Amino acid sequence: MRPPIYGVMAEFDNPTALVNAAREARARGYRKLDAYSPFPIEELAEALHLPKSKLPIIVLIGGILGGLTGYLMQYYVTVIYFPINIAGRPLHSWPMYIVITFELTILFAAISAVLGLLALCGLPMPYHPAFNVPRFAHASRNRFFLCIEATDPLFERRATEEFLERLEAREVCEVAH
Amino acid sequence: MPDERQVADDELQPAPVIAPGYTFGTVTDQISSVVLTRRTPVFWMACFGVGFALLLLFLWAVALLFLKGTGIWGIRMPVAWGFAITNFVWWIGIGHAGTLISAILLLLNQRWRNSINRFAEAMTLFAVACAGMFPLLHLGRPWLFYWLFPYPNTMGVQPQFRSPLVWDVFAVSTYATVSAMFWFVGLLPDLATLRDRARNRVARGLYGIFAMGWRGSARHWTNYETASLLLAGLATPLVLSVHTVVSFDFTIAIVPGWHSTFFPPYFVAGAIYSGFAMVLVLAIPLRWVYGLEGLITDKHLDNSAKVMLATGLIVAYAYILEGFTAWYSGNVYEAAAIWHRMTGPYASVYWSLVTCNIVAPQFLWIKRVRGNPILLFIFSIIVLVGMWLERYVIIVTSLAQDFVPSSWGLFHATRWDWATYVGTIGLFLFLFFLFIRLLPMISIFEVRTLLPQAKVEEEPQG
Repeated sequence: MRPPIYGVMAEFDNPTALVNAAREARARGYRKLDAYSPFPIEELAEALHLPKSKLPIIVLIGGILGGLTGYLMQYYVTVIYFPINIAGRPLHSWPMYIVITFELTILFAAISAVLGLLALCGLPMPYHPAFNVPRFAHASRNRFFLCIEATDPLFERRATEEFLERLEAREVCEVAH
Repeated sequence: MPDERQVADDELQPAPVIAPGYTFGTVTDQISSVVLTRRTPVFWMACFGVGFALLLLFLWAVALLFLKGTGIWGIRMPVAWGFAITNFVWWIGIGHAGTLISAILLLLNQRWRNSINRFAEAMTLFAVACAGMFPLLHLGRPWLFYWLFPYPNTMGVQPQFRSPLVWDVFAVSTYATVSAMFWFVGLLPDLATLRDRARNRVARGLYGIFAMGWRGSARHWTNYETASLLLAGLATPLVLSVHTVVSFDFTIAIVPGWHSTFFPPYFVAGAIYSGFAMVLVLAIPLRWVYGLEGLITDKHLDNSAKVMLATGLIVAYAYILEGFTAWYSGNVYEAAAIWHRMTGPYASVYWSLVTCNIVAPQFLWIKRVRGNPILLFIFSIIVLVGMWLERYVIIVTSLAQDFVPSSWGLFHATRWDWATYVGTIGLFLFLFFLFIRLLPMISIFEVRTLLPQAKVEEEPQG
């Protein structure tokens, strides 16, 4: 069953308050948490126990595919599809393949980094309940938010709100779906 | 009287990267107000107007080129490369400083770069766009440019992958793509800021579409930070490879004056040299007009001038070595090529280039010069001119007088050479000032991280 609201959100003034609140919420047993900030905060990932990004492996695979594509494409064209005999020089002239192999490695790796980033962030996302909070527009300016989602097993509307209010929050409000 | 110790401390303290007194709110407001205001400064109108007028000149020159062919340029055998390739190498070199600032300085944790990387990356993108024009127009039949890429075709032919000119196609198009993606990824959080702050519905909608729903979640940021580092790690070898590949266009040939193994590092240093000059040429007027002296501080100008001085010295070393190898190799053609450069029909160009690139930048040793934006602006223009002349000297003088005197011939630029060249400066200004008006020219979220209050104060663990 879908809970009646998305969650409860608390607003903070500074990164330190947000990180402390995130730590306390974790310590209290909340697991369905997300924090929003106008710039990256290193301590936040650790406070929320976020898993390491899977991006490096995606980029590695992209790079390897790019390199193979570059090399095999040149091999296929110069040796099999369109061989040109220039004074008996070898057709498989691998030193001459290096530049394009390298460039395509970088190209494929970079494309997979960008697409991987979007995929891992779930972007593009046309709708997200967080934006239903009017003050949330400040999350991209100078305010810091912590949201406990209603799907959390410990979530209980009143109790969770009271818990957040005790964490030096400026304001606590409900997030509609 | 001030305490002697205090004075010594003040002098030893490095100048702040961001002027004191900023908060997350004021940083956001100041940078985004340049974009979100209804008023457009006269300076912007003037620069955009000049850019637009020159862009029309460019379109005129290109239309004529399509109608009549490359004969409207001064390229005749033996100088078949002329202005087009000179401008290509010059523009692409300018672009390199943007990638250096955004990628290499990110990896080296040089946080002062945070307030200049955005517009430097934009500069890269637009400089590469201008650079790309020239090889395409120089093709003779530019509408068949896609023949440069390998694709299955009914003619049954394929590009020659052993040619540096085909490497160039791959290097430059990869560079353009990766720069554009890197720039867009950097813009994402700031587009979200503009979306949340725009009052105009259309503007909010458009910024919203491009921000793609970015909400600054901690999960976003961890992936985002990883992505920035990875892209920086990929862009760093890429930027070095691009100008190396560009220099292969010359060095793989056997023409005296080109056939040399030190071209790759020499070209890369020259690229960064001219690129930082362009960064200063753009930053000095912009920070003055938009009152951004607190964000693009004298420290930034000073650091950029130092990079310029250092790369300028590498370039000077390359010139000296060029003369030395020509003499030491004992090869008459190499020696003659350098001798023709210094004393031949292009001697005036050569010595102007030495003055612009080697003599003039020595003034940057003086701290007072580096602290004076007007002087820095003038020196940067001199360096840009000098680097253009360098490309011109390498290309034209080597081709004009190679092995057999009977096949020598001089290059004379026509008015359409100039129109195409000046036209791409127009294209650059046009794109750059559109960017200044429509997108934040300083990375807002990265400047926020520079503020002292961005640090999380850890309580002592008991």
